[in-house]
Amino acid sequence: MAVALLYFAWVREQVGTDREEIPLEAPLPLRALVEALRARSPGHGRALADLSRLRAAVNQEFAGWDAPVRPGDEVAIFPPVTGG
Amino acid sequence: MFRISVQAERFDIAHEHARLSGLAPRVGAVVVFTGQVRDEPLMLDHYPAMAERQIAARLADARARWPLLGATVIHRFGPLDVGEGIVLVGTASAHRAAAFEGATFLMDWLKTSAPFWKKGASGWVEAKASDDAAAARWIATEGED
Repeated sequence: MAVALLYFAWVREQVGTDREEIPLEAPLPLRALVEALRARSPGHGRALADLSRLRAAVNQEFAGWDAPVRPGDEVAIFPPVTGG
Repeated sequence: MFRISVQAERFDIAHEHARLSGLAPRVGAVVVFTGQVRDEPLMLDHYPAMAERQIAARLADARARWPLLGATVIHRFGPLDVGEGIVLVGTASAHRAAAFEGATFLMDWLKTSAPFWKKGASGWVEAKASDDAAAARWIATEGED
């Protein structure tokens, strides 16, 4: 199984892609997932360094860093929203 | 009656007002708010599926709190020039209080929960604490309803 990762705004620019998939066999807290992602590239490391500057959604609903991510989920990581 | 659109195209304020105004004979008040690009052109990034979902959820919240006869939420994405409309929130009700309050509620929540991000010439726009405070006041008053 896998998890789909989506990035938006400056997170997308720093990571260098808007979407990627990573394998996931068992549920993992969002915080642990993001920490693991930092090692994927210098861009990931920079973009994901400070959780206080980031927000996340799991399956299109806002989620806290302790929320579980399960195989098959869609996880999005982005800055605080600035629409409207 | 209730319409959501996340679109790249411009919207027509008169057309949206007319739709709400003509929904039912019971409509006695229509409020249409529009937000537009100021100072410099913007690029709006967005998360399409989540945007639709969040706006639909906020609209359901508004309908649970006020006797709305109809509503429209339009949010644009992509490149936008100074003066172009970014967002339109319209509400129709029998009386003005529900229309005004419903539109303000929707707009306050769009600011903090609709996944859109603005980028200007000097970079990505930072989120404002005042927007969080504006949305939070609707939670603070929930027990009084």
